Amino acid sequence: MSVPAGHPLLEVRGLCADYGAGPDAVHAVIGADLVLQSGEVLGLAGESGSGKSTLAYAITRLLRAPGMITGGSVGYYPRPGTAVDLLSAEEGTLRVLRWSQISVVMQSAMNALNPVLSIGAQLTDVLRAHRPDLSKAARRARAAGLLAMVGITADRLDSHPHELSGGMRQRVMIAMALALEPQVVIMDEPTTALDVVTQREILQELMELRERLGFAVLFITHDLSLLIEIADSIAVMYAGRLVERAAAKALFRAPRHPYTLGLLSSFPALHGPRRHLTGIPGSPPDLRRLPSGCVFHPRCSYVMDRCRTDAPALLPLAATGDGLSSVPRAAACWLQDGSAPPPPELAAAPDLAGSQS
Amino acid sequence: MTQLHEAAPTPATSTPVLEARGLTKHFTVHGARRGRAALPRLGRRGQAAGRGGLVVHAVEDVSLALDEARVTAVVGESGSGKSTLARLLCRLIKPTAGELLLSGDPVPRSGRGRREYARQVQMVLQDPFSSLNPVHEVRYHLARPLQVHGLEEPGRSLDDAIAGLLERVALAPADQFLRKYPHELSGGQRQRVAIARALAVRPRVLLADEPVSMLDVSIRLGILNLLGDLRDRERLAILYITHDIASARYLADTIVVMYAGQVVESGPARTVTDQPAHPYTQLLLSAAPDPERDGPPALDGRGAPPSLVTPPPGCRFHPRCPHAMAVCATSAPPAFEEAAGHVSACWLQARDLTAAQASPLASRGDGNTSPDDTSSNDEPGGGDDVSPDTR
Repeated sequence: MSVPAGHPLLEVRGLCADYGAGPDAVHAVIGADLVLQSGEVLGLAGESGSGKSTLAYAITRLLRAPGMITGGSVGYYPRPGTAVDLLSAEEGTLRVLRWSQISVVMQSAMNALNPVLSIGAQLTDVLRAHRPDLSKAARRARAAGLLAMVGITADRLDSHPHELSGGMRQRVMIAMALALEPQVVIMDEPTTALDVVTQREILQELMELRERLGFAVLFITHDLSLLIEIADSIAVMYAGRLVERAAAKALFRAPRHPYTLGLLSSFPALHGPRRHLTGIPGSPPDLRRLPSGCVFHPRCSYVMDRCRTDAPALLPLAATGDGLSSVPRAAACWLQDGSAPPPPELAAAPDLAGSQS
Repeated sequence: MTQLHEAAPTPATSTPVLEARGLTKHFTVHGARRGRAALPRLGRRGQAAGRGGLVVHAVEDVSLALDEARVTAVVGESGSGKSTLARLLCRLIKPTAGELLLSGDPVPRSGRGRREYARQVQMVLQDPFSSLNPVHEVRYHLARPLQVHGLEEPGRSLDDAIAGLLERVALAPADQFLRKYPHELSGGQRQRVAIARALAVRPRVLLADEPVSMLDVSIRLGILNLLGDLRDRERLAILYITHDIASARYLADTIVVMYAGQVVESGPARTVTDQPAHPYTQLLLSAAPDPERDGPPALDGRGAPPSLVTPPPGCRFHPRCPHAMAVCATSAPPAFEEAAGHVSACWLQARDLTAAQASPLASRGDGNTSPDDTSSNDEPGGGDDVSPDTR
């Protein structure tokens, strides 16, 4: 999958989000920096509790109390040159932007759909709110068109959510998210609850729709191996922090953060000799009692003295021959600060430029 | 990184610890009261089964042997009957037909016999958050099975026995965990306690139903490796139920692929994943995430599993199968032996089909255009446990 040329659509800078306030506040997202280019699929990978969903809700200002945004900025650039600061925007501005420009597909389609309304009613409701000029017949025709887009026949308009299979419900969610042709679609684990075959079908449809409609996707999942296949670039989160950012294939071939390396070796391969894998020792930290220094250091096999006291920042890495200038690499690890060459399994792959071009 | 052993040294001639022969489970869907609302679009065919009741054909004629020191993986989607199979194997539910043999002997029906069976065949459930009792400490969870089964050793204190159990699942030091409540443990630690509880009664068979799917990615491998260790060190026969064929390839010696309640392919793990014979296994493999793949996979045979109330005649996969032939729509394929131990229930493996039988199935619509065939979808949620008679 090629990285499409585009302009920055969403720019997240130093975003922080907490749950609760005062000394007991849990810092769920700390200093997140992300750029979503127009038309790209940006993957956000992390385990449960890593803050990936909180980040998505913070970006869209959908975070509910006790969650709150405590710092940073989120710039939305619908066209090059025009900017909207989502964090300081008025509710009215957000009302216009949400769904028509930035839409969200929630994880659990069963809970996100209203069980007492038919699919058609829910689809036309969106149109009635945002496209008041459409007639009733036109709304219904558009709703049928949206269902057709995700491979559901129009006679399903009068079905209720419980009459649909899990895969179809998720398709309806995607159709709803695309109803107003947004530029950004945020997907929070959209296929996690589905079977592998259904998951794959929906992902393929989604990628075809993206080709056709040109929206950008922020795709949140814990399944890094899936993300490498479908995303253009990937950001990896751990305990509320972004620890690595890279183009998808570059991340797979040459991870630069020990956590990414550990995650990648947590997925058994489908080919080749069976190798003994170790995963990552220990378990993700409790956000209320974070370790000092680098939050990953208690589980890291490369831990140095410095890691226990100083937290590394997410710093851009020198473009050491990965040949992907459009997606700058960054990692938050003292091994990559340039003072010493990193271990070979965390170094830039010298042949990457050749294989990517 | 070390190469894993490829074939466990168990001789094929030894008696399996647990063997299932022709295991079948039909769930009766009771009553039109609920049935009418829940099953809106059933044709008259579904009504055919006895006294107007509907029958869910959850597991159909499954034979399986669990050998000592081997991991057998059962792979399938939700609704394929893999969890029902596990519940049949540990006798939580009664089979409609078929028999279970423990070390070659039929399972006794007496109370004592049942208890002995329960001791030898233990289960580990998917969700350690709900399979441990939140009001009891770890110590209680591990002490109870020892007391219930009378396995307290005279010379050894209960605490020593429990500490030994925790050590076997790599929860050390044990005294740090004894007094903890489930909510004080991480997901991985909880699942280890659940495994230790199963090990407490010194079972010979461990039935693990999706033991890692609720856990975080980075700790799944720890549990899989623990199961592998238990196989190697304690010679347990392990049934590993999963929807993730890559993890089955990693852990298991044998893979059994289930589709719509039937076994469609079984064989040595690497043979099944590297040279899949059945079109459904091929579909599962092409849908599995694979970072090495370039471009989207083919997904031949996409679609949804059939209704188990009115399963398709012939091969249950034929409405979706890209290679469906005339014979597939009329008669169920027998198990064809590909190679030693590698079996596939697919007419493509038959060598003596007539031209008429082998002709492509014309009546089959283009299955690729309708993503979810819902005309017969009776379980919208696609839940694993279709068990209306147990409520």
